[in-house]
Amino acid sequence: MTKIKSLAELKLKKEELEKKLNLREKSNEPDKYIQIKVGMATSGIASGAKVVMDFLIEELNKRGIDAVVTQTGDMGYCYAEPTIEVKRPGEDPIVFGYVDLKKADEIIEKYLKNGELVEGIIPVNYESIDE
Amino acid sequence: MAQQIKMHLLVCGGTGCRASESDQIQASLEHELKVHGLENEAKVVTTGCFGFCEKGPIVKVIPDNTFYVQVKPGDAREIVEEHVIKGRKVERLLYTDPENKEHVADSKHMGFYRKQIRIALRNCGFIDPENVDEYLARDGYQALGKVLSEMTPEDAIKIIKDSGLRGRGGGGFPTGLKWEITRKSVAEKKYVVCNADEGDPGAFMDRSILEGDPHVVLEAMAICGFAIGADAGLIYIRAEYPLAIKRLKIAIDQARNYGLLGNDILGTGFNFDIELRYGAGAFVCGEETALIHSMEGSRGEPTFKPPFPSVEGYLGKPTNVNNVETFANIPPIINKGSEWFAAIGTARAKGTKVFALAGKINNVGLIEVPMGTTLREVIFEIGGGIKDGKKFKAVQTGGPSGGCLTEKHLDIPIEYDTLIAAGSMMGSGGMIVMDEDDCMVSVAKYYLDFTVEESCGKCSPCRIGNKRLHEILETITKGQGTMEDLSKLKNLSHVIKDTSLCGLGQTSPNPVLSTMENFWDEYISHVVDKKCTSGVCKSLMRYVIIPENCIGCMACARNCPVNCITGERKQVHFIDQDTCIKCGTCLEKCKFNAIAII
Amino acid sequence: METIKLTIDKKLVEVEKGTTILQAAKKIGINIPTLCYMNLGDMNIENKPGGCRVCVVELEGRRNLAPACATDCAEGMVIHTHSIRVLNARKTVVQLILSDHPFDCLICAKSGNCELQSLAHKLGIREIPYQGEQSTYRKDTSPAIIRDVDKCIMCRRCEVMCNEVQTVGVLSAINRGFHAVVAPAFEMNLDHSVCTYCGQCVNVCPTGALTEVDHTNQLINDLADPEKTVIVQTAPAVRAALGEEFGLEAGTLVTGKMASALRELGFDYVFDTDFAADLTIMEEGTELLDRLSKHLAGDKEVKLPILTSCCPAWVKFFEHNYPEMKDIPSTARSPQQMFGSIAKTYFADKIGVDRKKLIVVSIMPCVAKKYECSRDEFKVDGNPDVDYSISTRELAGLIKRANIDFLSLPDEDFDHPMGESTGAAVIFGTTGGVIEAAVRTAYEVYTGKTLKKVDFEELRGLEGLRSATIDFDGLKLNIGIAHGLGNARKLLDEIKAGKSMYHAIEIMACPGGCIGGGGQPYIHGDSSIIKARHKAIYAEDEGKTLRKSHENPDIIKLYEEFLGKPLGEKAHHLLHTHYFDRKKEIFID
Repeated sequence: MTKIKSLAELKLKKEELEKKLNLREKSNEPDKYIQIKVGMATSGIASGAKVVMDFLIEELNKRGIDAVVTQTGDMGYCYAEPTIEVKRPGEDPIVFGYVDLKKADEIIEKYLKNGELVEGIIPVNYESIDE
Repeated sequence: MAQQIKMHLLVCGGTGCRASESDQIQASLEHELKVHGLENEAKVVTTGCFGFCEKGPIVKVIPDNTFYVQVKPGDAREIVEEHVIKGRKVERLLYTDPENKEHVADSKHMGFYRKQIRIALRNCGFIDPENVDEYLARDGYQALGKVLSEMTPEDAIKIIKDSGLRGRGGGGFPTGLKWEITRKSVAEKKYVVCNADEGDPGAFMDRSILEGDPHVVLEAMAICGFAIGADAGLIYIRAEYPLAIKRLKIAIDQARNYGLLGNDILGTGFNFDIELRYGAGAFVCGEETALIHSMEGSRGEPTFKPPFPSVEGYLGKPTNVNNVETFANIPPIINKGSEWFAAIGTARAKGTKVFALAGKINNVGLIEVPMGTTLREVIFEIGGGIKDGKKFKAVQTGGPSGGCLTEKHLDIPIEYDTLIAAGSMMGSGGMIVMDEDDCMVSVAKYYLDFTVEESCGKCSPCRIGNKRLHEILETITKGQGTMEDLSKLKNLSHVIKDTSLCGLGQTSPNPVLSTMENFWDEYISHVVDKKCTSGVCKSLMRYVIIPENCIGCMACARNCPVNCITGERKQVHFIDQDTCIKCGTCLEKCKFNAIAII
Repeated sequence: METIKLTIDKKLVEVEKGTTILQAAKKIGINIPTLCYMNLGDMNIENKPGGCRVCVVELEGRRNLAPACATDCAEGMVIHTHSIRVLNARKTVVQLILSDHPFDCLICAKSGNCELQSLAHKLGIREIPYQGEQSTYRKDTSPAIIRDVDKCIMCRRCEVMCNEVQTVGVLSAINRGFHAVVAPAFEMNLDHSVCTYCGQCVNVCPTGALTEVDHTNQLINDLADPEKTVIVQTAPAVRAALGEEFGLEAGTLVTGKMASALRELGFDYVFDTDFAADLTIMEEGTELLDRLSKHLAGDKEVKLPILTSCCPAWVKFFEHNYPEMKDIPSTARSPQQMFGSIAKTYFADKIGVDRKKLIVVSIMPCVAKKYECSRDEFKVDGNPDVDYSISTRELAGLIKRANIDFLSLPDEDFDHPMGESTGAAVIFGTTGGVIEAAVRTAYEVYTGKTLKKVDFEELRGLEGLRSATIDFDGLKLNIGIAHGLGNARKLLDEIKAGKSMYHAIEIMACPGGCIGGGGQPYIHGDSSIIKARHKAIYAEDEGKTLRKSHENPDIIKLYEEFLGKPLGEKAHHLLHTHYFDRKKEIFID
């Protein structure tokens, strides 16, 4: 370990380290962040949900968007796998179906950044998918 | 593309959960992740105590905040295969809401956590206490940096004074004022001492903080050192806290490696280092003068104050002694400001207080609530009420030196002064709940047991007086008490309080006085009617046969170890009270509910 | 000087800042009772643990009662020392102490001298309502001191004496709570410890927890035995204190009455340890000059300083703590042992009595002397040179038991030949005396001149550590004096570190020297008594015609008739000793 020699260095160190703890920090107060749930049941994994999830985590991180990406069990939309549920702070959740990498990218750019809706929304009439 | 960790499995590594094999759970989880090739996607993190010890061991899955309770090492596989891989929560390991019997996954929605505000415990159950980087990521040592780089010692003291923080170890002395007095004591050497000699039965908040967030104490001590003008810190910790000691040692090494302890901290020229001193676990060593004597290698017994340690302490030098929980509040106050802290709590008591809930309560564990929360909220909302649906009888606050509060006190807001006014005290935050089955005379005797054991023996009222109190209580619980004994109890209690040398003796009769005050009828029934209504005092219990129910099966008589039950077959039996040893065998053997305790 | 005004029992009092409530009250004639508190002001010894809580007083505005001994006065304090609250608390506290104390007052060694007994009487305690378990411990009997800690009230005075004053470190509080008691570590016996038997603990113990081994019954039997010739020697400090036991003012010399009383008791010969003190000076003084001249001649084998060796507690102290320096103290035996050795040879021959039929008893201000005479090197074929030693207190008791009206006794002289002594021997009884006596003789022997003035004021006093330089006709002799083993330790550490500037050092284990010995009448915290005894010793010296040991005619005769010359072969055999390394003697049962 190298010594931290000033308050400025300490602050830099904090910034560097807090990324590693981001996951926990955000989950502590998820409502402040965009929450994305990826359907990860067997059917979801088969249809590429894991790749989509990895992509989302990686890209959100790169593009500087604070979001909590969690996996969830079967969403009940096997026909439309992979499915993801997105909830922007203070808004109702929206479920997207047939999310591939391209779609995921579009969701990030349009819906997450600007709130523009994109195609592929599955209409739902409940609050959230796992409760 | 490098795999990114997307899941943290937090496993409680506090002493309580460790005792239920949480280290094995951690190992099993790691093993399962490896077996499934997930080491790079999910990691297991050992944290400090989550507080909900009743339901331990606890495993929390991040980021979806799933709170698994009473986990066993054998559950690791299912957690990994179902939750980590498939995203399906393991329902059977979720907490069940006692009200609606539904599973609750997120701890935030549990009654136990809903009303809590965590300042002192903010990192417990969240960070890995053995990893300084996790502490740094959560603003760790920022307060120290801020104080050293941007403030004068007087500024720092002012913030603490303005925050209204009062000592969390028992006395409730204003922390900022204590710092100021020590600052003003002129000496070439001063000391900061952390009192980690937690001794109240059932209280373990200090241990949990040290186990779960050791750096916060180190940081606060360094801040205090700067404020009072000390370059040396000592943590007096009981040797029976091995895990806390281990984590403190690791933390001290890490802080030194980063240059956050040692010479020229953060390039400011400020020097401060910390050493550990082990106590042998004497309750009286929580008293600051006794603690200092013990650190000096002398017998752990108190001396008369003044001089106060702030003026003449360790090795005769000005010494600032604060307890663990008090220190844990310091960095957040510096970081967020005194107004933020002062806004929490009540007019006379700021911030939060950690309580250790124990006894006949559903949710045994460690909680942190704003000052001013009522006992009712703590016991019935956070604590989930009384076990087995029994009736609440009393709550003992302030440890063995505190008093027993009753139903009528449930709505008083918890503060230093309100508790004292009610005949108890804040103490270090032990809270033991009693139900209708508890005999209050026995409860008082139990606490005296403790003080008799823990008195250092230096002053006569505490050394002999407490022993005599205990003996009188013993006489009463044996059914041999007289009304005169009750007046002796009263006089002795008052004299011991009035004349004892230190806080131990000055408060040790509190359980007697408060139970006499609040449960006088129980004392009377022990002494006059020779009855223990709670059925605790064996000598006052009588096993009798209910003639209407007895069919004369002889089961009781056959099994009685002292042959004190007589009666012909198919005739009502009779228990000879003089011979009966009250073992309860007859009650157990009777199939016809024909035996009763009166 | 900053002063403070306060009110005690409605009386206004003005005191210096730093005065305790106890002191302030005393100033206006209010004697608040105390028990654990002890202040030997003249010797700078204080015990103030605030433990017994007997001296509690009510302080207006304070939540609980305050211990008067440990609480400093503050401006405007309003204090009540006998309000109902205080009286009840004080009575209850003493009742509690009594409830854990054996009720054998009638036959307790301390009866009549017990501070707890007096306190109970003063407070009018007639019943003990709080009865219960009493703590019991093993009784411990050593060659000199008996510990009966069932009677220990945890006042901690002995602890202060043993640790802070004497730095012996044997007695300290052990156990917790109700079972807390002062005892050697692991409750070992004293004879398995580094205890020096100085008896300072016995001197300050308010109860019968620490007392001396009683040899009076043995003496009574021996005196009644027609087969035995019983002779007695009395140490110099005894005559300066014995009178206190009979109501005389402290510092009253009772030499003549004492001799008279001893004769009444039935001793066959009444002798004086002072005779042997003169003999000690002959040997020790000669040894000093011998070592000094060899040292000055450049003999590296000869070590300085020379240390006195007449105090048995001091001897045991260095045997335990500084065995590597056991060749530094003088090899001269103590006066008690020189007396015994000469009595059982020279005198026994003179009167034609077999040493086994000759009982030598010593009256000592000391309890360590009981241990000293039991040491194996002071026995011949198992027969001790001094059979046993009786303390000043025990002698007083014997006199009372024998129905002797001490005060009306005539003054009598000691018997010859071992009763003759000089003023130099008398001052052995106080700190600085041994070295002054040695200087008186050594000066005249070394310089061949007669001293113009025999009083060496520079060597006198009650300061714990003193030093003086004496001019031996050009040779500047540096002298160090320590009394109290804590002070001795300081000088020894200097020697050990090679930093000592002294040629000769006198050490006495007890504060004040033998006048403050562990066998003297109890002073009950009044240290002015020690001062008075100190004065009396010098008065006795001044009143003597002969004031230099080498002028004692019976000593001169002893050398001529029997011993030959100082440090000669016979003297070496009978009057010198050797020391033991006791560092490894301590073991745990």
